[in-house]
Amino acid sequence: MNLDIESASLILSAFLFAVGTAGVLVRRNAIIVFMCVELMLNAVNLSLIVFSRSLGLEAQVLVFFVMAVAAAEAAVGLAIIIAIFRHFEGVDVDRFNILRW
Amino acid sequence: MMESFFFLLFAAMAAGGAIMMIASRNPVSSLMYLVLAFFALSGIFVLLDAHFLAAVQVIVYAGAIMVLFLFVIMLLNLGHREELDMRGHLARMVALVLGSALFAAVAALVVRGDEASLASEGSRMAVDAMVRSRGAVGALAEPLFTSYLVPFELTSLLLLVAIVGAIVLARRRAP
Repeated sequence: MNLDIESASLILSAFLFAVGTAGVLVRRNAIIVFMCVELMLNAVNLSLIVFSRSLGLEAQVLVFFVMAVAAAEAAVGLAIIIAIFRHFEGVDVDRFNILRW
Repeated sequence: MMESFFFLLFAAMAAGGAIMMIASRNPVSSLMYLVLAFFALSGIFVLLDAHFLAAVQVIVYAGAIMVLFLFVIMLLNLGHREELDMRGHLARMVALVLGSALFAAVAALVVRGDEASLASEGSRMAVDAMVRSRGAVGALAEPLFTSYLVPFELTSLLLLVAIVGAIVLARRRAP
């Protein structure tokens, strides 16, 4: 196998990030858009862990912080979704234009 | 050999779960595919010798955050939605092209940079020795509580702000 596990993990990470991006672009349900963002964060975590093997364990500390920020972001984001659901009676992102100038 | 078999298994699970998450109609099954992808990713973390982060991945991501998502889906009663909330053909094409371009760009970087390896064998040996002497948790805790102590404490502040913000945002306004 000429492609070792680390390069294959980097390619998998790129694939997961691309799938997450496509999901953000294609879905209209705000919760699924959020789930795609979480997937993109996890793809970045995977590549950070690959780099931590050769560049030092500080990369894993960074993964730790990414997880903490992702937890905070999920809590606040889901609270915003609940508030928006109450206001618009739905979570379709095409109907949210309250931030438009 | 064994390692690459498990890697291929977990990679297929992660990629398939990610694609099915985007493609499935029901938000709950979408979420379950994402949980599958996260579990597979934690298996890959184990294969990459990040044992502590694999455990945290299962506990925090596949456990706590996904339960939070499931809770919100159930709370908003979105679980039995049957129509697909995909955008039209044009947006799908754009997403496909952009996604493939992104993937191709990063994958080309990885494949081309393969022979010029990222770091010397020496630093890899140093990381291995660190993990072996301190264990998976100790090797991560040592930089976390020395050089990254202030960011670590700031993280606790961030989580506190997130808790307060979530309560304030989701609270029902008094009429």
